Amino acid sequence: MTAPPTGRPAAPPATRLAARDITLAYGERVVSANVDLDVVDGAFTAIIGPNACGKSTLLRSFVRLLRPTTGTVSFDGRDVFGYQPKAIAREIGFLPQQLAAPENIAVRRLVARGRYPHQSLLSTWSAEDERAVHEALAAAGVEELAERPVEELSGGQRQRVWVAMVLAQETPYLLLDEPTTFLDITHQYELLALFARLRDEGRTVIAVLHDINQACRFADHLVAMKDGRIVAQGAPADIVDAALIQEVFDLPCVVVPDPAVGTPMIVPTP
Amino acid sequence: MQAAILVGSAVLLVAVAGASVSVGAHAVPPAEIWRAFADFAGTDDHLIVRDVRVPRTVLGICVGAALGASGTLIQTLTRNPLAEPGVLGVTAGAGFAITLGGVLGLAGSQPAQLLLAALGSALAALVVYAVGRTAPLRLVLAGVALSSVLAGLSLGLRLMLPDVFDKFRFWTVGSLAGREQVSLTLPLVAIAVALVAALLVTRPLNAMVLGEQVAHALGGHTGRTRVGVLVIVTLLAGAATAVAGPIAFVGLMVPHLARRLSAGSIPWLMAHTVLLGPIMLLVSDIASRVLLPTGEVPVAVVTAFLGGPVLIWVVRRYGAVSL
Repeated sequence: MTAPPTGRPAAPPATRLAARDITLAYGERVVSANVDLDVVDGAFTAIIGPNACGKSTLLRSFVRLLRPTTGTVSFDGRDVFGYQPKAIAREIGFLPQQLAAPENIAVRRLVARGRYPHQSLLSTWSAEDERAVHEALAAAGVEELAERPVEELSGGQRQRVWVAMVLAQETPYLLLDEPTTFLDITHQYELLALFARLRDEGRTVIAVLHDINQACRFADHLVAMKDGRIVAQGAPADIVDAALIQEVFDLPCVVVPDPAVGTPMIVPTP
Repeated sequence: MQAAILVGSAVLLVAVAGASVSVGAHAVPPAEIWRAFADFAGTDDHLIVRDVRVPRTVLGICVGAALGASGTLIQTLTRNPLAEPGVLGVTAGAGFAITLGGVLGLAGSQPAQLLLAALGSALAALVVYAVGRTAPLRLVLAGVALSSVLAGLSLGLRLMLPDVFDKFRFWTVGSLAGREQVSLTLPLVAIAVALVAALLVTRPLNAMVLGEQVAHALGGHTGRTRVGVLVIVTLLAGAATAVAGPIAFVGLMVPHLARRLSAGSIPWLMAHTVLLGPIMLLVSDIASRVLLPTGEVPVAVVTAFLGGPVLIWVVRRYGAVSL
């Protein structure tokens, strides 16, 4: 096998969803260069890093919103751009940061739109669709809101409804871009607990998170990014220490065990 | 609920269509309408029904559905509640082509006018797409800009040559009257095909309205959907303008009324639109025949005259449903 242009040995993807040597750019502006990432199957992965470090951009490349200028993102060994859009949408679900529901739409109808990749142009609503929507509403804890208009809900409820929409898509992979931003702390923890539960049920979850302590508490696998590079990755307990936080966030801190669950917790020093 | 409203609209449309065949300078009793088809005797009543009123009503249904559907599509795609079919330049393009054809002595016959209008709409749409590509805001701006340039040129030509253009007044204000002599088969078939396409594109649009990123993640072909919608809008608005001239307001207003009924679902919105558009245009057309004792007003005058206040009333009474 010949070596890739960068001269690094290109290990074959170890997981179903993986990025190999990808460079991501908006026009001329390169955000990330030569990134490798194997998304650990069946785990909850949290991507952390300062603003503009390329976390969201990396996530976008996994859902075909941004085509890498070099390298490939592959799913089951095949370039994600090589799939039919609906076929890959049955494997990988994605919730972007900015969400806007049409006005006047009821929760159940919004969640039902998650069935889009399972339907064809003329197919009718099936019992299978009905079951998936029902289960998604239940899993996200929004069953009792099903008939309410989305615009009447609180921010936390609305975010859960969107999560239900992605769950109705019934994808083994769930990619979430800052799902807890704009929520109060109670709703943040509820949502993260929901993602952990989905992981327990066998889904692979990848979320961009801002709160490091929450990431450490709920995620199995952390990916720390800075300036478009992956600085460190691994189990929170293995990689999070004061030196890493200093390097990634430029923030002096001490790392102590979380008094409630024992995972690493960072406390900034004055 | 949705289905019940739809059935109600369909019944209303049938009633309005019946009235449209019956009402006019020469009123035809409903029994004679039936007999004109079941037991044709060649009486004046029967000839009026078969040769004038029914074709005019069919034209009204097709044009109303086309204007409503294209308005719904362009408003949904651009997320702009003020967008209407003419926003892509097709209406002004048709008007300018007819005017220019008149100057060059090419627009003498109705079939020639029809052809010119179709060509004008298509060319204007192509120019707008060349400038605006598929970015909704750029498209709307390009369409508005081109429309005002073409409307200005048309007006200038008409003012310079008033005699020539007296007979093309039709192309300044749309009407359903006096179109019986031309074969409308081709434009009406075009409208019918485009309406089927409009109904088919509603499911992808249902994903699109959740935002481009969500639609993409759901496996939608966002680029393809956008191009498809624009082609359908151009076909519908172009064909409607070619057969009936510029009719303002139906394409702007019907989607607003239908949106109130459709609970955020684009397929339902389209279904309501396709019925409400013809209802509104036929009612306006009936009014255009009876409002003045001396003769007919062009239907486009009535749609603007009635449509404006109705829209304001609806928005004030019930509030607008935004996109």
